[in-house]
Amino acid sequence: MANPVAVTLTAKDFKSDQEVRWCPGCGDYSILAAMQRFMPELGIPRHNIVFVSGIGCSSRFPYYMNTYGMHSIHGRAPAIATGLSASRPDLSVWVVTGDGDALSIGGNHLIHALRRNVNLKILLFNNRIYGLTKGQYSPTSEIGKITKSTPAGSADSPFNPLSLALGAEATFVARTIDSDAKHLQSVLRAAATHEGSAFVEIYQNCNIFNDGAFELIKDPATRDEHLIRLEQGQPITFGTDGRYSVVHPEGSFGLKVQQGGTPMVHDATVDDPAYAFALSRLSGSDLTTTPIGVFRNVQRPSYDEIVRKQVHDAKAQATGTPEEMLSDLLNAGDTWTIL
Amino acid sequence: MAAPAKRVEQLDRVVIRFAGDSGDGMQLTGDRFTSETAQLGNDISTLPNFPAEIRAPAGTLPGVSSFQVHFADYDILTPGDAPNVLVAMNPAALKANLPELPAGADIIVNTDEFTKRNLAKVGYATSPLDDDSLREYAVHPVALTSMTVGALADAGVSKKDAERAKNMFALGLLSWMYSRPFQSTLRFLERKFAKRPELVAANKAAFQAGWNYGETTEAFTVRYEVKPAKMRPGTYRNITGNQALSLGLVAAGVRSKLPVFLGAYPITPASDILHELSKHKRFGVTTMQAEDEIAAIGAALGAAYGGALGVTTTSGPGVALKGETISLAIALELPLVIVDVQRAGPSTGMPTKTEQADLNMALFGRHGEAPLAVIAPKSPSDCFHAAIEAARIAVTYRTPVILLSDNYVANGSEPWLLPSVDELPDLHVPFTTEANTADGRFLPYLRDPQTMARPWAVPGTPGLEHRIGGLEKADKTGDISYDPANHEFMVRTRQQRIDAIAVPDVDVEDPEENARVLVLGWGSTYGPIGAACRALRQRGLPIAQAHLRHLAPLPANLGEVVAGYDKVVIPEMNLGQLAQLIRAKYLIDAVAFNQVSGLPFTAATLENMLEDVVKNG
Repeated sequence: MANPVAVTLTAKDFKSDQEVRWCPGCGDYSILAAMQRFMPELGIPRHNIVFVSGIGCSSRFPYYMNTYGMHSIHGRAPAIATGLSASRPDLSVWVVTGDGDALSIGGNHLIHALRRNVNLKILLFNNRIYGLTKGQYSPTSEIGKITKSTPAGSADSPFNPLSLALGAEATFVARTIDSDAKHLQSVLRAAATHEGSAFVEIYQNCNIFNDGAFELIKDPATRDEHLIRLEQGQPITFGTDGRYSVVHPEGSFGLKVQQGGTPMVHDATVDDPAYAFALSRLSGSDLTTTPIGVFRNVQRPSYDEIVRKQVHDAKAQATGTPEEMLSDLLNAGDTWTIL
Repeated sequence: MAAPAKRVEQLDRVVIRFAGDSGDGMQLTGDRFTSETAQLGNDISTLPNFPAEIRAPAGTLPGVSSFQVHFADYDILTPGDAPNVLVAMNPAALKANLPELPAGADIIVNTDEFTKRNLAKVGYATSPLDDDSLREYAVHPVALTSMTVGALADAGVSKKDAERAKNMFALGLLSWMYSRPFQSTLRFLERKFAKRPELVAANKAAFQAGWNYGETTEAFTVRYEVKPAKMRPGTYRNITGNQALSLGLVAAGVRSKLPVFLGAYPITPASDILHELSKHKRFGVTTMQAEDEIAAIGAALGAAYGGALGVTTTSGPGVALKGETISLAIALELPLVIVDVQRAGPSTGMPTKTEQADLNMALFGRHGEAPLAVIAPKSPSDCFHAAIEAARIAVTYRTPVILLSDNYVANGSEPWLLPSVDELPDLHVPFTTEANTADGRFLPYLRDPQTMARPWAVPGTPGLEHRIGGLEKADKTGDISYDPANHEFMVRTRQQRIDAIAVPDVDVEDPEENARVLVLGWGSTYGPIGAACRALRQRGLPIAQAHLRHLAPLPANLGEVVAGYDKVVIPEMNLGQLAQLIRAKYLIDAVAFNQVSGLPFTAATLENMLEDVVKNG
């Protein structure tokens, strides 16, 4: 990522001249607003920031950011962004995608970008439905989901996006919620400063085709009984007066929620991905115990860095102008001369 | 190695085919013989032919791998229709290649492999060496394996390693027979086995044993010489199409002052370009082996957006997968080079065999009206210049360009007169760094009046922040637009800007200027068509030849050219894709002549066909 330089920008500077055209009430508005408010904090000039998206409602996002941006094709944003990021270390490259874009048609590119640890900030707006194509079930829809394309209920189990990302060796994995601007910005902040791939799942409400999907963890009446806020170095407890703890039962592979007991102290920097994976398994389709925050934040050289170092080292050993080197290359091997 | 005391005969041209099991090292043997022949100054053309299986069952017909080299004391255009000499390392190699061998040809066979079991594997009831079936040929039985093992008895290598050196014995024998200089082969062995000195010694000894055998045995009474060809002065190297194409891309990077970014997924027969380019990082070349074909072109497009010379290399199945991204590149109007090394299709088809059947896909195989530039190299060394031309069009006109190579030119080789770097075209195109309207705004789709290219304003440029995408864009501003008149305008503009690309006129070769028949080709058929035309002219039959490098846009003079002949014949390794285009575009009754066997045309096939057209109309 680019080095911060002294620029004073405001949220307004990041608003493009394009009219925002999501449905009124869409969760994407709050994510856009949070992003525009957060961006000045980065201290990166607008011209060094690029948003790349695929196809879907969320993928309109780049049009509304007054930075460089590309609205590409369905599922391919991580691949396109990989080529951009690997060849341009001076840019801060963000991928905006959705559950269909990233996990269905673009699943392959997502897991390989994460495996490579490309220096990308990948924001997955998960609304558990296809919005732009008007309401088919998605790869994160709960099993049995009744939609236009599944009138008898969907037959396939959903992905847990965080478990998938962790299985793909992601070095930074987090989850947040569209309506919690403060938390959303704190997660964006952590993602932005991570070297390598940062994967952020944002629960996002589609008020047209899947309204209220995350209501259990948004409604103040129920939220605190189900939402687990992960904070680095803090015991993982939740519920009224912190009555629930996330514990690691002896002899168990995973974590579980119980009343009382000794809670785990959260540490996203644990090298073994099993810990973050166990955290990711606490939440299912029903959201009854849903952690948010940074699950995993570890360091590993980025693909960009390794690739550029190879080119850099090869160039450092080369002598002569490019033209001289080219002439040597053409004349290499077994040549013969005719007079 | 002492001078031979044998009769020396002068030949003007020879075609040798080395054939054996795919593990016998025939490609290497052919390569070395070719290199020795190049050193001598003969003109050369080569054609490898190998199975897609890495190791097909040993000794079977599908496992036969061969390498044909044609060399002459004059300028040649093809690897030769049929071999004069067949080196057959086992019964399968003999059986597979015999049908193409003309009567009188020499056959050198490794008798050690003609065991009952090996004969049975390929359906020989009796050994063809013992019955009368090879009476039309000059058969030279040589116990290649046992003589190699015998020669290496004290070399300190395993019996297996000794047996594996039999290809060097064969190379030594053939090098003696055709009086080839062998120093480059000895140097090659030193490089190849640098980490195992015992194998350097063993392979050198096997080579020398083969040479000495030729000199001393009574089985070979004649030694041949082929004098150097008269070729244009200059420095040459032998080069395959895939190598030349790779070097062309490196050169395009240097001449455009852009870093080359290659996104590729391994696929036969294009992978060698990825291998070659990955060695040239010192030129700022980045190669990425992507997770799939789509990611490969996606990454190349992303890099092009960032200001690199984006390239993706593949074969037909890969181009099919890349189609949607190519359309995006057309909508974004960004430079991109897509290399399609064509192979026989459809589907997996025959991955190691050649075909020209992706022309329609290159020209038309996308959704929507999605025009781009298409060019094709005509020979292995021409791949260098075609790659530079593809890059020139891509960066000058900000468009994807498809470069249609094929397996025949990709793996074939020929001498390449090395260009001097200063002669190569200057491809430098400056990025846009400032606003482009009088009132200080930046309009990403405001076009250059000459090239109709939009500005290439790369991320990182202060003040030019803008958004692009696959949705239809308003003229000039690039904003999303569903306006019917705008869409009509943009679709027509995208076509016009491809049509307006400056490409050279097509040349017609008609030395006597009296031909009534024109043979029109494109891509790799240049060699066999050219050889057929020469043969006809030598026999007093006039024929004109024109060959297309640019397939989109077509040269401006092509309509006039094809209208100037009574007959236009279009030979293609497909079912008539260019012929259909020429008929539709110029309303002429072009004759399609087609072959889709996975093999290149022979000059004789084309000569016979064209003779009939010239004589009988």
